Amino acid sequence: MTDAGAGGTTRRAAATGEATGYSSRHPAEELALPAAPSRHSVAAAFTRHRLGVAGLGLVVAIALFSYVGPLLYHANELSVNILATNAAPGAGRPLGTDANGFDILGRLMLGGQASLELGLAVALAATTLGSLWGAISGMAGGLLDAAMMRLVDMLISVPAIFVLIFLATVLRPTIWVLIVALSLMSWPAAARLVRGETLSLRAREFVEAARVSGGSRPHNIFRHILPNAFDTILVNATFQAADAIIVLAALSFLGFGLPPPAVSWGGMLSQGSAYLLDGYWWEVYPVLALLVLTVLAFNFVGEGLRDSLDVRLRGE
Amino acid sequence: MIGYAIRRMLQSVVVLVGVTLIVFVLEHLVPGNLARAILGQRASPGEIAAFDRANGLGQPLVVQYIVFLGHVAEGNLGRSYRLNQSVDSLVAHELPNDLVLVGTALLLALCVAIPLGVAQAARRNTAFDHAATGVSFLLYSIPSYCLGLLLIAGLSIAAHVFPPEAPQAPSAAGVLGDPRALVLPVLTLTLVNVALFSRYMRSSAIATLAEDYVRVARAKGAGGWNLIRRHVLRNSLAAVVTLVGLSLPALLTSGLVIEYLFNFPGTGLTYFTAAVNSDYPVMLGITVLVGFTTVIGNLFADLSYAMLDPRVRYD
Repeated sequence: MTDAGAGGTTRRAAATGEATGYSSRHPAEELALPAAPSRHSVAAAFTRHRLGVAGLGLVVAIALFSYVGPLLYHANELSVNILATNAAPGAGRPLGTDANGFDILGRLMLGGQASLELGLAVALAATTLGSLWGAISGMAGGLLDAAMMRLVDMLISVPAIFVLIFLATVLRPTIWVLIVALSLMSWPAAARLVRGETLSLRAREFVEAARVSGGSRPHNIFRHILPNAFDTILVNATFQAADAIIVLAALSFLGFGLPPPAVSWGGMLSQGSAYLLDGYWWEVYPVLALLVLTVLAFNFVGEGLRDSLDVRLRGE
Repeated sequence: MIGYAIRRMLQSVVVLVGVTLIVFVLEHLVPGNLARAILGQRASPGEIAAFDRANGLGQPLVVQYIVFLGHVAEGNLGRSYRLNQSVDSLVAHELPNDLVLVGTALLLALCVAIPLGVAQAARRNTAFDHAATGVSFLLYSIPSYCLGLLLIAGLSIAAHVFPPEAPQAPSAAGVLGDPRALVLPVLTLTLVNVALFSRYMRSSAIATLAEDYVRVARAKGAGGWNLIRRHVLRNSLAAVVTLVGLSLPALLTSGLVIEYLFNFPGTGLTYFTAAVNSDYPVMLGITVLVGFTTVIGNLFADLSYAMLDPRVRYD
């Protein structure tokens, strides 16, 4: 949650009781992996998970709102209109205007595009890099494993927002700078998680068999480890997306996000909160609600996936 | 155990050095050069050369890094060019305030979350459990600054119960002396963590309730509060220690944003102000400090976990 943090994924993994990299040092927490359920039964279980379906529906709705919305609802978000600043919702402007006279509804859509793009891109990049790193580290063992995991420890120790704010004072942030920087700060959480999985998979007979029968390390990683850790990876990716959206909003809220004319939910919230005392509710609550709904939607999808992929829970 | 402790401490030293390396890399990302960034566009070449000499910027990077590492080891975190004050004295002044904010919030969160999580586990899948899970899920998806804004709107603007600004006294004693103004920032940070801790406590207590020793205790007739206190609470607490360690980066991140939102006089707000003023030494010094706090916090968490849980054997 609640906060902006790429440390957030670790936090979330801990909160849901999933194994983090630490579990490899706490043998008591290691659990035997259940047999992987078939993709078909997973889909069936997911559709029965009401929260998961609701979350997925919400994500789709927010994507439609952000991308199809601007095609149907035209608003000028480039030129300031000082004749219509802080206007209450009314005809022609369903959610009113902000302090620069920009249409709020139109801005919500544009902010949604930035949030979704950043969330999905970071989730994809960080999870891919982290999974490969964790799997290689776990399979290698020994000195290489130790060295690789120390790098993970270092990056996890410095909260992303401190680095991102610093970078924003040094470089001019674009969406690509943010995606790369946030991915570089977020992958270690995925790496810890996947390394933990790898360590328990490595001890299983089928991986052992593949190893003795001469399977090369890359072959074992891509053929045996990553496919079997896929469930953990996928669930982690949804939580990473939610965390990235929170960090982007926090960054923009503090004024270190994308510079204008880019629109971000955090920036809208920061500008609108200055008028909280004046009662301009339309400048605060719609964007706040949309931000929370988006994060909630990704978290719901993650919960749904986790429950339907985990056969241990499915019987309940 | 001793072997594990020594190995774990050595690991932490490696990570601490790594944190300084990250900060050193960040420092050298400043475009153009540091002298230009600090002295401004109109600095003469002579002034820039003098600045470079004074700060050892002409030396090879490796030498610069070793000098930097030496400074950090001495507790010298650099000097603010804006405030003409050493970063360590600046931070030393504000750390007690941070401790008041973060420490109180952490303590309160644990006091609420541990009983809540255990109660949820004991009454699993009841209406109470579902309601508590729903609330914590919601809290958990609201970014801390949104939660803070909602609390300000509700408790400060609509109902004038608490002031929207944190205490503005310069010292920790002064901050503590204004408890009414302290309520909203502390409450925000507490709620954020209650959601996280209670979820974890719930799943940990559910796992403990399924253990054989709990079943044995039940078979022998122990039940109710006694069973929870002696067999479940004690054993689940060890897991919370790890969680507190793991959640430190998130806690410090929330701290930064909440200090900004409530104008709380702590290092987070100082970091923000330094960022607005492009006061790089302050930002880098605080980043080192934040990284060190996390590493040392995690070290303590792991060591206490090993001490609390006798089943854990490390080879």
